[in-house]
Amino acid sequence: MAVPILNYVALASVMFFIGVIGVIVRRNPLVMLMSIELIFNAANLLFIAFSRLWLQNAGHIFAFLVITVAAAEAAIGLAIVVTTFRDEKHVDVDEARALHG
Amino acid sequence: MIAFWVLAVVLLGSAVWTVSAQKPVYSVVALLLNFATLAVFYLTLSAEFLAVIQIIVYSGAILILFVFVIALLSSGVGPFSIGPDRMPKIGVPAAIVVLAALGALVYAVSSVPHAVAPATPPAGTADAFGSVADFGKALFTVQLLPFEVTALILMVAVIGVITLGGEQMQRVTPPRLQARTDRAMREAIVRAGDD
Repeated sequence: MAVPILNYVALASVMFFIGVIGVIVRRNPLVMLMSIELIFNAANLLFIAFSRLWLQNAGHIFAFLVITVAAAEAAIGLAIVVTTFRDEKHVDVDEARALHG
Repeated sequence: MIAFWVLAVVLLGSAVWTVSAQKPVYSVVALLLNFATLAVFYLTLSAEFLAVIQIIVYSGAILILFVFVIALLSSGVGPFSIGPDRMPKIGVPAAIVVLAALGALVYAVSSVPHAVAPATPPAGTADAFGSVADFGKALFTVQLLPFEVTALILMVAVIGVITLGGEQMQRVTPPRLQARTDRAMREAIVRAGDD
């Protein structure tokens, strides 16, 4: 590793928190889903960086698993967005309060 | 090292663009740049198979799904809610929390004494580390369980999407079938009571 692992940790954590801020601040569910993808990818970057550090490919396998989870999450999340839009004709998570109680 | 900083700037810049873009389509474009940069990162970390997977699955499948949904929703009358509306309320606390957490994380990692990484791959991995052959062997032998879990997750996703998407399908059971089902259920209950 030419680059110290600490650089990857800092980079991935910054990217993670950018994703977290996106989820907190934005109201468009599509952008929120994309921010969640950013979070997944920050985790993946760490998996692969540490995998390279220790020369163990278990991290690669779990990055693969995370990619699968991200794909499933995007599919279901977008299906929910489309369903909500079809019923309520708007795309705003603050307006969707059918389960609010 | 220079390549790392250039890539890091592109990565974080595209991440910020993703979160802050006013139109979701620009977010998708920024996310595409982000994923491509990550794929280059994976190549530099000798994870060549995952770099390809990153391009194919993320840029090829997930982002196209996003683009389709945006196109679908934009064609109607409903406007997107634009802009980070909640930013004024939450921006400052969020920034403080982020900086504190970031500092704690970097401090924690830097205070751990760095163990020496093994210079050679462990025994049994004859192929080059991170190559497709290496990855595939691990996937089908040592790490078989995560691979099977992957299949399960994908099946759950498919069932969930069908359930959500098929919402407006006709759910009415034909009366004759309903009667037969009721009778069968009653007989089953009677039989269970006899035992």
